Amino acid sequence: MSSIPTSAEPMRAQEEAPALLALHSLSVCFAGVPVVDAVSLTVRAGECLGVVGESGAGKSLTFLAALGLAPSAAAVSGRARFGATELIGCSERALDALRGRHIGVVFQDPMGALTPHLRIGAQLTEPILRHTGCSRRAARTRALELLEQVRLAAPARCLQQYPHELSGGMRQRVLLALALSCDPQLLILDEPTTALDVTIQAQILALLAHIKRERRLGLVLVTHDFAALAGLADRVAVMRAGRVIETGSAGQVFHTPREPYTVELLQAAREPAGPGGAPGARGAGAPVLAVEDLTVRYRQRGARLRRGEIVALQAVTVAIAPGESLAVVGESGCGKSTLTRAALRLTGAAHGRIAWLGREVGSWPERRLRALRRNLQLIFQDPLSSLDPRLSVERLVAEPLEVHHGELDAQARAARVAAMLERVGLDPALAARRPHELSGGQCQRVGIARAMILAPRLLVCDEPLSALDVRAQRQIGALLDALRREQGMSVLLVSHDLGAVRRGCERVLVLYQGAMAELAPSEALFARPLHPYTRALLAAVPVADPDVQPGRLAQVRLTDSEPAPAGGCAFRTRCPQATARCTEQRPPWVEAGAGRWVACHHFERGADGML
Amino acid sequence: MNPREPRTRARLAALVLGALVVLALLGPAASPYSYRALDWRHLAVPPGFIAHHWLGTDALGRDLYVRTLSGLRLSLLIGVLATGVSVLIGVAWGAGAGWAGGRVDAGMMRVVDVLYALPYLFIVLILAALFGRGNIAVLLVAIGAVGWLTLARVVRAQTLSLKRQPFMEAARAAGLSDLQMLRRHVLPNLAGTVVVYATLMVPQMIVYESFLSFLGLGVEPPRASLGSLINAGARQMLSAPWLLLVPAVVLIVLLLAFNVLGDALRDVLDPHQR
Amino acid sequence: MLGYALRRIAGIFPVLLILLTVSFFVIRLAPGGPFAAARALSGRTRAQLRQRYGLDRPLAVQYAAYLRALAHGDLGRSYSLRDEPVAGLIGAGLPVSAELGAAALALGALGGIALGMAAVLRRGGVIDRALSPLAAVTLALPSFVTGPLLALIVGVWLRWLPVAGWQPDTPRDLVLPAITLALPLIASIARLTRASLLEVLNASYIRTARARGLGRARVLWRHALRPALVPVVSYLGPAATYLVTGSLVVESVFELPGTGRYLVMGAIDRDYTLVMGMVLVYGTLTLLANLGADLLHAWLDPRVRHESP
Repeated sequence: MSSIPTSAEPMRAQEEAPALLALHSLSVCFAGVPVVDAVSLTVRAGECLGVVGESGAGKSLTFLAALGLAPSAAAVSGRARFGATELIGCSERALDALRGRHIGVVFQDPMGALTPHLRIGAQLTEPILRHTGCSRRAARTRALELLEQVRLAAPARCLQQYPHELSGGMRQRVLLALALSCDPQLLILDEPTTALDVTIQAQILALLAHIKRERRLGLVLVTHDFAALAGLADRVAVMRAGRVIETGSAGQVFHTPREPYTVELLQAAREPAGPGGAPGARGAGAPVLAVEDLTVRYRQRGARLRRGEIVALQAVTVAIAPGESLAVVGESGCGKSTLTRAALRLTGAAHGRIAWLGREVGSWPERRLRALRRNLQLIFQDPLSSLDPRLSVERLVAEPLEVHHGELDAQARAARVAAMLERVGLDPALAARRPHELSGGQCQRVGIARAMILAPRLLVCDEPLSALDVRAQRQIGALLDALRREQGMSVLLVSHDLGAVRRGCERVLVLYQGAMAELAPSEALFARPLHPYTRALLAAVPVADPDVQPGRLAQVRLTDSEPAPAGGCAFRTRCPQATARCTEQRPPWVEAGAGRWVACHHFERGADGML
Repeated sequence: MNPREPRTRARLAALVLGALVVLALLGPAASPYSYRALDWRHLAVPPGFIAHHWLGTDALGRDLYVRTLSGLRLSLLIGVLATGVSVLIGVAWGAGAGWAGGRVDAGMMRVVDVLYALPYLFIVLILAALFGRGNIAVLLVAIGAVGWLTLARVVRAQTLSLKRQPFMEAARAAGLSDLQMLRRHVLPNLAGTVVVYATLMVPQMIVYESFLSFLGLGVEPPRASLGSLINAGARQMLSAPWLLLVPAVVLIVLLLAFNVLGDALRDVLDPHQR
Repeated sequence: MLGYALRRIAGIFPVLLILLTVSFFVIRLAPGGPFAAARALSGRTRAQLRQRYGLDRPLAVQYAAYLRALAHGDLGRSYSLRDEPVAGLIGAGLPVSAELGAAALALGALGGIALGMAAVLRRGGVIDRALSPLAAVTLALPSFVTGPLLALIVGVWLRWLPVAGWQPDTPRDLVLPAITLALPLIASIARLTRASLLEVLNASYIRTARARGLGRARVLWRHALRPALVPVVSYLGPAATYLVTGSLVVESVFELPGTGRYLVMGAIDRDYTLVMGMVLVYGTLTLLANLGADLLHAWLDPRVRHESP
């Protein structure tokens, strides 16, 4: 193993450290079409290289190809040196001796990256046994150590578990432990935080920063999000369409980017696009949508028969005034989508009062609801799957009219559809296309046209931008904005990201595990969050500034937390302020100031002049 | 013309099937003999040009060309009709269960599970032996009544996955009624799958029918189906192998054409699933 | 896992009871009855026979008597086969049928999995390219066609193997019937294995395993094979159903002294006890096979165990 460089001495400056991995004009072609085009990059020991770009930019493929893991249809050319070893054209056996031993990789998609039928312990000891030749017992001890290092809450139990029993955050920690299992010199992370909740994302990033400091290994962090790089990367490479378009030190790229595309990406990371802008004119009259004590329970399907119910939504009370915009924010599984589905009567299992346009509709049969539905329209997170794949754009947009405006003849309907397509910025030439022939942004425009053609009073937007790339996000955000101002309709925006709702939404409702944590006017909430969960969410939002972000990451608690058993405050296991009272009593929903509500035993009173 | 290209394969198979159908309908008329006529002067003649018995005769002097083609006609007829019965039951049951969901779905699918775990062909066999020896209508219902299970499962799974698609929620939110949703979005999206499965089911039904005829529970002489011809041929394969080979080859070509067509259609409709 | 297995085993009994009950009444509903078609039996003899087999009693009483006898392991006596006990007939024929079925299943599963894996390991090789068309042809061949054809070609023309008959201790007699029965199984399982292994090898956890430097062979055996076998195992249920019906044909083609012939014979002769005996045997066999497939599935995929059946 003389070909493997020894790690750099700690005192040496980074520039002098030998290159761990050097890619030289690496290209990957599929059927003659280059997807990675002459990429040259170097990573040194103790240094973190951030590679940023939108999906499809070829950034993951670059490193897969270097490690010999590209799909078999890919033609790889160029050079990739790891220490003194040339990786391209190297034998599978020689690569196997490096992979997992000297180079650790964490892939995107933590849910699918672990072998489903093997226990975590078995998977974790496997590379240790293979590469170090130690005893089973030693490997097991080492595995436990690793899980402790990645700060899993219950490492010993985790060894006995199957992947499907772990949450996404836990799996990502396990994958990290796997990559670190043989003390590699280089760690490649492919979108390590993408599928995770904001707070988990922050924990993983903080953990990575910690590992980088402790181990002085070379790091490659591949991501689409500039903000995720800010606290970690020493150098940044921006990729677009298979090419590296800009490289430089982190400070240089973040503060004085040269390429307009880099500026665009940075801007997207600094000000997440969202429907919003100027608050709309708030009209008078009955709320367009109001729910009271809305509770949704699902029957649990599990091994132990009739193990009870899952409470997806717990006694939520909220109302949206005409013209108002309300954001519902929380992590995945917090019940935010359930809330919108239940409020729109799209799910059966709801209890509580639901009022549309001042009419109590909770007990109405579906037949009676139909005529009212046109006032409350919905756009979806995944634009493609929200459109029937068999229908043309024109028929898709015309469908709501056919249902609600039977009085229109075909000609009048076609005229309205054409006008609407133009309004949402769709080329009339696309009218005959099917959804799968459109881009994500175009599909979302079709979805918006379908919703807007009925001139609704309320538009519910369920993460409308999160499946789109940066440019489409900006455009669709602006479109929603303009439509809202024109129509004076109310908006209910569902988002996992507090940062994305900062502008524009007048009020914010924070949900945690199905229950309301905090409801407040937007400004007040961002200025002074009352609930510790809201604070955690705000603290977790990464800031795309390499001068600020490391300090923020340093504040994040590294350890994973276990879900709280039923009873008491659901947030108590993650809460720094939790006391015995939080275990015993569920905190009441109390008014904490002008239009502010919070459910916490320990919220800070006083500043708003109350109490 | 790449035979790996599904469209090419589908066209080829459709061409062969078309030829077989034309042969089955018009072929027998080209021969001077009828399927039941006994030609005492030409018993067990091998294929050739003797007295217009192009494919030879059996031990009773019946013309094998005519008998094979009329057997083909019967097999095709039973196969298509039995598939029709299966598709009707299967789509109604599967779509009904999937659409209703919950307990209704669980109950309906439990029935399918139970039936599925049973040796269904045995049941058909018992039914055919008990009620309908030689009775084609009974045979048809019996065969059709067991073939729907797989289709019901597939259609139900498809319906469930359609129901979970955001576009169904979008349709509901747009104010469509259940009936409109079924008609506009569910059934059209099921159509492709159903066509593929129906195509693959026809050869299965033909095999079932031939199987029953082979065991002597299907059509009765002097009528012939491919199965009964093969059975008769197998008994005389030492002295007159053509009696086995001719109907066997026709059956193989028929089944192969249907299978290739079905597989190719699946590839065309769902290129992802290969 | 154990709890899951016990739950599933308990689930067999009601299904079996339903099957027996339905069969019991359906065969008695059919037109004609035992001894109806029989040769010149005088009315008195017929009545005596009916009385002897308890057929003169009300249906409900007959049903209760049948279940009671069954609980004691008594399957009754055949009407048509010289008053033989049905259990004895089955006991004599079942080893032959079981041997045939087991041989075909082993041949089908091992041969199919091996062929499927070989096709994947050498992508674009001879096996890979030949598999799909060969499987299509094989699947288009029902066993009542392959049986006589194989007998004709291998047995009569080439004289390699015996065509018919069954002597104990001569495994050569089993070769042709077992191959005939196994051919479609080999074809389907090979196709399934190939498709599913290809899909699994594209999964993200396979990439993770390779990124750990585990080596191709180990990744294939330890990480890919088990998940890839899930569809194959699910197919074992239908395969068992196929084997049961297929054995009927094969036994008839090769004139094997198995149990298959009793079913058709019994149904035609309205030999109620014989038919019920066959329903019991083959019903239990298929149910057990389906159960075995599900248990294997649960073993292969830990997620299944955590769901209720």
